[in-house]
Amino acid sequence: MDRSSHPRSRRIAPVVAVAAAAALTLAGCSSSSGGKKSEEGGANASAGKATTPRMTVALVTHQSPGDTFWDIVRKGAEAAAAKDNIKLIYSHDPNAGNQSNLVQNAIDQKVDGIAITLAKPDALKTVVGKAKSANIPVVGLNSGLSDWKKLGLMEFFGQDESVSGEAFGKKLNDLGAKHTVCVIQEQGNVGLTQRCDGVKKTFSGKTDVLYVNGTDMPSVKSTITAKLKQDSSIDYVTALGAPYALTAVQSISDAGSKAKVATFDLNKDLTTAISKGTIQFAVDQQPYLQGYLAIDSLWLYKNNGNYMGGGEQPVLTGPAFVDKSNVEAVSKFAANGTR
Amino acid sequence: MSMTQHAEPAVTSPPAPGPKETDGRTAERPLVVRLLARPEVGVFLGAVAVYVFFLISAPPVRDASSMANILYQSSTLGIVTIPVALLMIGGEFDLSAGVGVITSALTAAMISYQLTMNVWVGVIAALVVSLAIGFFNGWMVVKTGLPSFLVTLGTFLILQGVNLAVTKLVTGNVATDDISNMDGFDQAKKVFASSFDIGGVQVKITVFWWLLFAAIATWVLLRTKYGNWTFAVGGNKDSARAVGVPVAFTKISLFMLVGFGAWFVGMHQLFSFNTVQSGEGVGIELIYISGAVIGGCLLTGGYGSAIGPVFGAFMFGMVQQGIVYAGWNPDWFKAFLGVMLLGAVLINLWVQRTMTRR
Repeated sequence: MDRSSHPRSRRIAPVVAVAAAAALTLAGCSSSSGGKKSEEGGANASAGKATTPRMTVALVTHQSPGDTFWDIVRKGAEAAAAKDNIKLIYSHDPNAGNQSNLVQNAIDQKVDGIAITLAKPDALKTVVGKAKSANIPVVGLNSGLSDWKKLGLMEFFGQDESVSGEAFGKKLNDLGAKHTVCVIQEQGNVGLTQRCDGVKKTFSGKTDVLYVNGTDMPSVKSTITAKLKQDSSIDYVTALGAPYALTAVQSISDAGSKAKVATFDLNKDLTTAISKGTIQFAVDQQPYLQGYLAIDSLWLYKNNGNYMGGGEQPVLTGPAFVDKSNVEAVSKFAANGTR
Repeated sequence: MSMTQHAEPAVTSPPAPGPKETDGRTAERPLVVRLLARPEVGVFLGAVAVYVFFLISAPPVRDASSMANILYQSSTLGIVTIPVALLMIGGEFDLSAGVGVITSALTAAMISYQLTMNVWVGVIAALVVSLAIGFFNGWMVVKTGLPSFLVTLGTFLILQGVNLAVTKLVTGNVATDDISNMDGFDQAKKVFASSFDIGGVQVKITVFWWLLFAAIATWVLLRTKYGNWTFAVGGNKDSARAVGVPVAFTKISLFMLVGFGAWFVGMHQLFSFNTVQSGEGVGIELIYISGAVIGGCLLTGGYGSAIGPVFGAFMFGMVQQGIVYAGWNPDWFKAFLGVMLLGAVLINLWVQRTMTRR
């Protein structure tokens, strides 16, 4: 051992020296503003933990990978799981067939409860039936407001996309908008289409729809720019997700347009934009609450036989408006990535 | 897209340097025929056709600032399409280029932010990572002899997972933190994401970089030893090796060039949008490859140019934005895109067949 370590340490020495030198050089490159150092220690609310027996719950969503919105849902679910002494199994697939396989997988694991999103209800009908015959309680969240009862789910947590679209349209009326373009980042997504339809229904001005490729930001930017050039009467851009709203702000300046931006859903940078005034308002459906309540409800059912919403009515988590008047209260939670 | 494969291999090698040095064979053919036999001519005519079509059907396209917007969209695709085309001439594919762009942007954003460093530290680190990914792809292909389609499909999937998992692990979220208030950001933004005023029209700097890279790539391909090597390894690897072409070096470096392109566009995205979402970039690799193929590069390698892909990317940008400028029913968007591209490729094929037959 001793023999071999000597030559090695001799070989390592120059490497260490170079690394140290590099570290010193890098230290000279420190940023004096922004960055991790400027981040305030966001203390997570760490509540006590339930003493009920350990249980396992599966959360199966139609999330596509790397979406900021779903990350918040998951954080809510994880917070509830930690408090309720629950082992949470999170899985997701945007393809309905694959999502139903993931639910089957959870049934095979004999979990104590399943929370699912019903983006494509018909595809999940069979597997929900299987869960029921295996005596596993199933609750719904986020998507499927019109179908959860039909499929025999116990409870539902979410917002009505059409209702939130309608509320959005009314808000645009109040702000005196005349012509809006509703930017859909995923062609064929039912929920997004319902939002635009809701806006169209109540908004007294003209509503256009624009499809953009949500996985390619430069393309989103130039496509919105093109639309604003094509029709200069557009005075409000309706975005259906926070990152796209922030990009729309750049498109507007590129197109030399005077249009304003409002959006569905929130994130950290969006709250900053609202307080700066570059984005007018956001409609929040409180994704954290959807994840949290879905998991917590399964705990309550198991340990106390409770139904949220009495098993008859859905529990609505939105629409909640965030604008300049209340953004301060929201932004500190958004900074933690939980609102 | 395999239709271009019917083109004769007679024009695969770069043409002789200038009119004075041409040998007897090419000198006998009329100038027009020689020009039309170049790989980029078909796509050039296709691009002109698409341009004229939208000029007529979409009035806003006539505006210079609309053209700047179309060129911007084309340039963000085109900067990666050029090295992807070179790689294709060298006989290989890279499916990991689209997510590679996001990997690069995420690396730069997270290193700068988490270590609170000047953003240039992140930019350099991202370059190293991107080149390393290219090196890994190339090395695997050369060492194992596996088709690059499989190797880079592997990297494509790995990078997708790594992008998401590492971002979540490091930042606790699935998008990076805003770095726009950090040291060096403004400088880097000038390099990667600023715009210039040309006759009252704001033109994005990526357009200039795109054209510059295309010019450099054309020069390298047609005037240097490395360019000859690229054609040789794509044409026939074994005979290339037999005449002394460093096959491994050429292929690996071509993959690293794609890494460079991905890095550049990744930096543009980061400094233009301040943050990056980790799930982006999936599917864009096919647009790069189509851009190269529409631009006259053969899927089988050994044939193509660096200018063709410029028009290929332009055609994509033109069609994508033109449909919006024309104000057509957006439900049909993808279908329009497909029809226009097929039409353009058919023009491309027709030109090449007619001209190379003579």
